[in-house]
Amino acid sequence: MNQEQAALRTRTLLWVWTLFVIFVVYLPVFCSALASLTKSRYFLFPIRKWSFDWWDKTMASIEVSTLVKTSLMLAGSVTVLATIIGFFGALAFARYNWKGRSLFQKVVLLPIFFPQPVLGLALLLWFNALGLPLSWHTAVIAHLVWIAPVITLVIAIQVYGFDPVVEEAAFDLGASRFQVMKEVTLPMLWPGIWSGMLFAFLLSWGNFPLSLYTSGADSTVPKWLFTKMIAGYTPMVPTLGTMSTLGAALVLSIGGVAVILARRRSN
Amino acid sequence: MESHALQIQDSAISGAVKKSRGPLLTPGARCALPVIVLLLLGFAAPLTAVIAYSFAEPHSFNVFSSFSFANYAEIFNTENTVWMSFLWSLSLAAVTVLMLSVIAYPIAYGMVYVFGRWSGLVSTLFVFPLFISENVRLYGWVLFFIKNGVFDGTLNLLGGADAPEVLYSPGIILFGMIYTYLPYMLFPLVLGLSLLPRDVVDAAKDLGASRYQVWREIELPLAMPGFMIGLLLTFVLAVGAIAESKVLGGQSVIVLTHDIEVSFTYAQNWPLGSALAVLITLITGGLTLFMLFKLDLDRVLGRK
Repeated sequence: MNQEQAALRTRTLLWVWTLFVIFVVYLPVFCSALASLTKSRYFLFPIRKWSFDWWDKTMASIEVSTLVKTSLMLAGSVTVLATIIGFFGALAFARYNWKGRSLFQKVVLLPIFFPQPVLGLALLLWFNALGLPLSWHTAVIAHLVWIAPVITLVIAIQVYGFDPVVEEAAFDLGASRFQVMKEVTLPMLWPGIWSGMLFAFLLSWGNFPLSLYTSGADSTVPKWLFTKMIAGYTPMVPTLGTMSTLGAALVLSIGGVAVILARRRSN
Repeated sequence: MESHALQIQDSAISGAVKKSRGPLLTPGARCALPVIVLLLLGFAAPLTAVIAYSFAEPHSFNVFSSFSFANYAEIFNTENTVWMSFLWSLSLAAVTVLMLSVIAYPIAYGMVYVFGRWSGLVSTLFVFPLFISENVRLYGWVLFFIKNGVFDGTLNLLGGADAPEVLYSPGIILFGMIYTYLPYMLFPLVLGLSLLPRDVVDAAKDLGASRYQVWREIELPLAMPGFMIGLLLTFVLAVGAIAESKVLGGQSVIVLTHDIEVSFTYAQNWPLGSALAVLITLITGGLTLFMLFKLDLDRVLGRK
């Protein structure tokens, strides 16, 4: 009885603590949303006059639409490239037993275990030394250096659950390399590939430190928000921040459903 | 029976064909190629350039025509302020890691053992902030703590007291770092704890081990790989953190990455910034390599 009581107390404490931390995690997100719904130019709490004015203004702003377009092109390019690179990387990471595998696994992890602002600054120096003009194109490379290894890991986890015997059986039955890839390997790895694409898109969309140093005169949503935070607050800052958060939540839920469906189909 | 034999023969043949084709690289190496090329051009090469610049004469762009240790000497010269940002970054990162292990461990434990079917939702709630850029989340804290912000306004409403001023101080930078890097500690811990076979813990309990003994002798050692990854990841990321000091700290503390940024941009002193970047790379790279060679990644990530 005593032990049961102790167990119950532990469970309750764990729940209380976890819910409290979740509350703290989302508190600033909620504050941003509040600040976007005020009518006045400056944020005062409690809000005297609620309105969607700043949402309308942000939607209508040409500057913001340019930012969103740049961010989308960046995230789109990164998603496509990182998924292709990560897919093959994952096969090398987890599928094949090859000579350099153990070393390769460690090398892939290095950019993940590296502070992103420092990586961004090192790339800034490198692009400058090469004489490459900075734009969102160079930011694609910077994002890839960090995101492709993450995607490699995400897909590798799916690959670990994949039995290579199935592939070999297809080869033995006379399938070509291309057929095996299309009919056997890809369908079995779809859930992992979908999760990889989802991660790649969202991580690139929300990335701040790499874009800050490597996109030159082009501005992405996080980078523009940062410059306004430092100098020149307007309620568009929390408004665009909240819109970007909601957009990411939408992509995550749609993508999450797609991953679950893909997983069901592959089973 | 016959067809079975045929199949075996077939597979032997196809194996022989595969070998006799003799491609330059094994299939594994070929698949690794895109990642390797990317990392050579986008990771190894820039870091090499940084190392080369760190030995150039201060305030110059003579990478290969000059060689000096002056930049490193300048960092540790107590007349400058650079060593202070170095110290700040290291100590902020160390405290962040300590605090996070205390904050995240119970949550990770709950996610693995207690929350059951809710743990999927809990982990989604902790993953999602990773997709909101850190400056947006940190700015939410500015709106919370600022004068007439959410906290101040709520206190005024309740009792008329003014909220203490916490923004633009070293303490809020630390808070921001703990806030930002929580998921990077939490998920490795979850991974570590889920590697732990449940029956071992039960067996120890049946044999009369106390709760503390179970934690000390079984949980912690077996969950160690995950715990180590969490410690390393948060430390490494926190050492390079810059958004927290810029957004929340109002630069009341100049962190290491800020000094690198200044040298690479306004000051145009690439060699000094490079020397700083090299030191940060040595610390993070050294810790990472040390850790990675102790871990069996196949075991941690899922191949039994």
